[in-house]
Amino acid sequence: MSTLHLRVGFMPLVDCALVVLAKDEGFAETEGLNLELVREVSWSNLRDKLNVRLFDAAHVLAPMALASTLGIGGVRAPMAIPMALNLDGFAVTVSLRRFEELTRLAEGDLADPDVSARALAALVARRSAAGLPPLTFAAVFGYSSHTYLLCEWLGKAGLVLGEHIRFEVVPPPQTVEALASGRIDGFCASAPWNSAAVARGIGAMVLANVDIRRDWPDKVLVWRADDAERRAAAVAKLGRAILKASDWATDPANVPRFAHHLSAPDRLALPVDVLEPILRFEIRQGAGRPPRQIERFVRFDRAALRPEPAHADRILDGMAMAGQAVPDEEMRALARQVFRPDLFPVGAG
Amino acid sequence: MAWFVNGSDLSPNPVRSGMVPNLRILIVDANEVRAAIIEEGLREAGYRELVRVSATTGLVAAIEQHDPDVVVIDLEDPSRDALADMFLVSRHIRRPITMFVDQSDSASIEAAVEAGVSAYIVDGLKKERMQPILQTCISRFNAFRKLREELDEARSQLEERKLVDRAKGIVMRMKNLSEDEAYALLRKSAMNEKRKLVDIARSIITAAEVLK
Repeated sequence: MSTLHLRVGFMPLVDCALVVLAKDEGFAETEGLNLELVREVSWSNLRDKLNVRLFDAAHVLAPMALASTLGIGGVRAPMAIPMALNLDGFAVTVSLRRFEELTRLAEGDLADPDVSARALAALVARRSAAGLPPLTFAAVFGYSSHTYLLCEWLGKAGLVLGEHIRFEVVPPPQTVEALASGRIDGFCASAPWNSAAVARGIGAMVLANVDIRRDWPDKVLVWRADDAERRAAAVAKLGRAILKASDWATDPANVPRFAHHLSAPDRLALPVDVLEPILRFEIRQGAGRPPRQIERFVRFDRAALRPEPAHADRILDGMAMAGQAVPDEEMRALARQVFRPDLFPVGAG
Repeated sequence: MAWFVNGSDLSPNPVRSGMVPNLRILIVDANEVRAAIIEEGLREAGYRELVRVSATTGLVAAIEQHDPDVVVIDLEDPSRDALADMFLVSRHIRRPITMFVDQSDSASIEAAVEAGVSAYIVDGLKKERMQPILQTCISRFNAFRKLREELDEARSQLEERKLVDRAKGIVMRMKNLSEDEAYALLRKSAMNEKRKLVDIARSIITAAEVLK
């Protein structure tokens, strides 16, 4: 069997795991693929390098894949999603100082998203009355489930992101530094960056996306829309390797080795002891609280990887909520077509 | 920096051709040398209002402060994502900023991404005014990369020469040969074994270390 060389771009996050494992556990090689993984510094780079074919495929935010396909936000780069790479796995972390203030203002259990949202609204009101500058929260990209989680959570207490709270975009690896420096008061990011902020002793996790809803679409594997048609064999091979990686990743016996692969300098470049608890679903919370057991905090199982056209509707609802788009039926139909169940690999043993 | 001007395909000087581009351009690049090269290129092309920012943080503040018409940014800069969405998120930015993409000209998108640069424009700026800026940045990014490659090559050549000199010294000592004789022997071995001279030198140095 001849070897096919594929370049795949990724961002350093726990949810790039299946692409990393496809290579590092040899599943790609078995499929006759020589995978070259390239770590990127921005989502925009992943989109643009895929668009000009410097990458064959990429690990991207599902909402970004829809935005670029639909041309929302100025850049049009049609993409196809043959499979998701995870569901869930993101959370909101605030600085320790803000967490103390929220704790004081909370009327009820702060673990309840309604309570924490109301505590935040009280804090916003106090700061405004005292003439203090507004709080700043960050998400990892404008078109992201992270932005929509922030909008939904704040909305529980009538707060509007970008209006009552300043909004900034901070790429995942820069979130911890931005929080430590005081440039932002809180952020929403995927694993491991919430845990990384807690481990550094500067942040406390307030809520995980699963506290509001489970099975939230997050990262997907994308190809250029035209390449997905032209290179069906390559798409299928990579898909099968990723499915095998999914089976491997969901076996608890593999957790230490899994964490070891992710921690490598050319992958996430983070200590194993930050990553391993996340893979065991023992999520650090910070502010003196014990780790919280969140079953299936991030999903890598086969069922989670199925590209669901229904996710397009949820994402467009998020865009509408964030004021990024006014989805009509035509836009919805186009968005659903980005998810390609027909390209989901079958028969990987 | 005359060596950059050689062969660089700068666009016609808009000042001389009568269309004074009164645009403020923000250059975001952590690499000071490259930023200087780009600034020089844009200045030569007739642009006068140029601001360089090297910090990857505080980009929002820089934009709020300078209110640029155009932002050019190194693709290796992580704040690119923030820039992409700034118009969505900051009420402090007076004018919306979007990535410059000329859908009718996919070659220039490709050239920019391959060179490692991206450009953002404020809403309403005509794409004709943007093209020469992007072209200048692409050619300067490419010139810088070529220079860096040449420098890397010069460094590795120097490194190889040092290894060959060390191996030559070892052969001279061990076989009691003159410098020329030792060098001839190394070359002959390389030719016989169809290997590079530096590889033979490395083998000799390793062997000498082991046998010490």
